Amino acid sequence: MTSSWTGALRRYALRKLPPEKLLPESQPAYMASWIYVFGVLTVAALVVVLVSGGVLALFGPAWWHVSSVGKYVNSVHLWSVELFMAVMVIHLWGKFFMAAWRGRRALTWMTGAVTFLASIGTAFTGYVVQQNFDSQWISGQAKDALNAVGVGAWFNVLDFGQMLMWHIVLLPLVIGLLTVWHVLLVRMRGIVPPIGATAPGDER
Amino acid sequence: MAAATATRVLTAPVDLDRPGHYVHWGVIQISVANLVVIGLMVVVFVAALLLPFPRGKRDDE
Repeated sequence: MTSSWTGALRRYALRKLPPEKLLPESQPAYMASWIYVFGVLTVAALVVVLVSGGVLALFGPAWWHVSSVGKYVNSVHLWSVELFMAVMVIHLWGKFFMAAWRGRRALTWMTGAVTFLASIGTAFTGYVVQQNFDSQWISGQAKDALNAVGVGAWFNVLDFGQMLMWHIVLLPLVIGLLTVWHVLLVRMRGIVPPIGATAPGDER
Repeated sequence: MAAATATRVLTAPVDLDRPGHYVHWGVIQISVANLVVIGLMVVVFVAALLLPFPRGKRDDE
């Protein structure tokens, strides 16, 4: 067998991410509960957030504040974020009370928690780049809090360009990568069984 | 007549051009709007735990 880095990478990927685990045909019976739906609802809302945000980025503030279609897409972006945060927090409650870090799932829990924190930062920078009086008020208030903890010079909420880059480049990249990692971990380590139940393959 | 009906239907149920309502509880201050959203989330969470999940027909049944 010839050795090449592409072949080694393929074998490593297949070993770490076997296709039957990436796209399973069945799931444990305990997944038949509405509380297990909120993870995929979060991902679905995130897709709408990203697509509507992409359309807003194409046309800019003069469009989303003035034209009727622009106002509509702006509202879709806002309300998909509202739904994203709501279903993500319900997902978080469900997993917290299920102690979802059990059974070698600590990294799944941690990537989800950090994605939640990154989402708060993304929502915040979104509010300060609306280009209206609301964003002026929020950034005017926030600068005092950020200056009080000593980061205002580095993370300047009154700098529209810097906040826009955080909102549409850096933080979406962080959320996107963490979400992919989180979902892959869910696939590889399986969904957490309810407390008292046993995951298939763990019977001992 | 039709225009008046359309205006009434499209008007927000809550007047968003006025300052929001807030509740105060010691050092805690929260808008009624945010409190309603949190309440709805709790209702959805409890419903997700209690409502039966529809089961499709399985091959092995």
